[in-house]
Amino acid sequence: MSALLRVGAVTVRFDGVTAIDDVSFDVNQGELLGLIGPNGAGKTTMLRVITGVVRQTAGTVLLDGKSLDGLPTHRRIRRGLALSQQIVTPFRRMSVIDNVALAAGADRTASPLKALFHSGRKRELEIGQQLLARLGIAPQANESPEIQPMGILKRLELARSLALTPRLLLLDEPLAGLNSKEARLLADTITEINRSGTTIILIEHNLGEVLRVCRRLVVLDNGVKIAEGEPTTVMNNAVVRSAYLGTGAAAQTGEQHAAA
Amino acid sequence: MEYEITLVTTMAISVLFALSLNLITGFCGQISLGHAAFLGVGAYTSGMLAKAGVPFLLTLPLAMLLAGALGIVVGLASLRVRADFLAITTMGVGFLFVGVVRQQDALGAEMGISAIPDAGMSKAAFMLFTVALAAATALLSSYVRRCWMGRVFAAIAEDEDTVRVLGIDVPRFKLTAFALGTALAGLGGGLYAQQLKFIAPDSFGFIESITVLSMVVVGGIGSVIGVTVSAAVLSVLPSWFQVIGDYKLLVYGGLLFLMMRFSPGGMAALVTRIFHRGRRPAK
Repeated sequence: MSALLRVGAVTVRFDGVTAIDDVSFDVNQGELLGLIGPNGAGKTTMLRVITGVVRQTAGTVLLDGKSLDGLPTHRRIRRGLALSQQIVTPFRRMSVIDNVALAAGADRTASPLKALFHSGRKRELEIGQQLLARLGIAPQANESPEIQPMGILKRLELARSLALTPRLLLLDEPLAGLNSKEARLLADTITEINRSGTTIILIEHNLGEVLRVCRRLVVLDNGVKIAEGEPTTVMNNAVVRSAYLGTGAAAQTGEQHAAA
Repeated sequence: MEYEITLVTTMAISVLFALSLNLITGFCGQISLGHAAFLGVGAYTSGMLAKAGVPFLLTLPLAMLLAGALGIVVGLASLRVRADFLAITTMGVGFLFVGVVRQQDALGAEMGISAIPDAGMSKAAFMLFTVALAAATALLSSYVRRCWMGRVFAAIAEDEDTVRVLGIDVPRFKLTAFALGTALAGLGGGLYAQQLKFIAPDSFGFIESITVLSMVVVGGIGSVIGVTVSAAVLSVLPSWFQVIGDYKLLVYGGLLFLMMRFSPGGMAALVTRIFHRGRRPAK
């Protein structure tokens, strides 16, 4: 498998605080990679480096072998990234379908001139309808996002990022705020999106779902990569266990195992 | 008849001017408290060129070009600062314009420019010309609102950070809104200079900027029909009621405050609300 995204020795410092320290990993074409770690591990900062919201102090990010460094966010998106944010940000003054159609109109909105000379959006509305149906929120198409529960908004956020037809989809805690049933359903949808060819980086605290759907994990703690590999191997790693459960936890579980 | 012709011409110029601000503030959400400066740039450009012997109709595109170019420069500020800071920056631009023009002898300084040559149109013909241009601006506004540019503007007005994440070049769209809006203000300025044949720095100061903003807000930020109606009505009020002319800043500032406090969507939202209440089936 070839690497679609290559994060090379990225370091981010804010005013002397090192948020990410020399982290490298690859995201392979077609995979669903889980990027996990405790709070403050630097996961969201890493996504921000990839999308260009935060500039790294050192290191490089390559998409398909081409450097993204120095490009503004919108140009990175047009190279094939899409971001589904942790805190959902629907345009509340537009209907649900209009939100998705706006993203689907990327060709039309490439420049102000193109945007000025195009008004029709039949194709974009069709794409929007398909995506809403795929995510199971077609009945809400013409409603305002303002009256929707979190479960619907999370799906809308995902539908809107899919409308960009990304090659690499970045999901920042898509399951946060959902109950276990909703989370399970959405995790299934994410798996289905991945199976149909979209490479995904999934940041998620819901470890149960992460372990269920991801086949490879990268674990960050305090800005450092502490493990990478298959979910079961990674979760049995003593360093990972202590990062999640606190120091001494690894030793304790070791004792329990010995006692058993 | 002469009086009515003057009145309609004044109304048309105000409508055009208010719609030009509506493109920037109403559609794209970028507040401007110094929009009168661009009316001034257009008026001075057209007036000076006309005095230099350039035919009036040719001065208009040049007035638009210069106002639009300066509009882009001011628009660059909108890429750095937002909301209340942008309000203060644009207000500063308005004061800067008046301050600079006052000091330039070439621009007539405090005395302004008088005896601007006539375009050779009859008063009635000039009225029709301004009405046609105001109507064209209204049509352009309605079109912009319905095309992809309008959709992007509306999204930027609501949440520009999210627009970036959708792969849209927010700075270019914002600058386009400023260029379009200020160029149209420049056109309005050219018409204004031609109508009065006399311009002075004070006609393009803070009071005018507040007046035009109140026209946009009272009409309903973003609503083409609302802004057209409110600009038409508010522009003739001072000539009907002397007291409004005397207390312009108080009246328009007060209107601005009342609208923001009680109906942020302007008259357009108020009318929609009343209309919907009338139609809502009884439960």
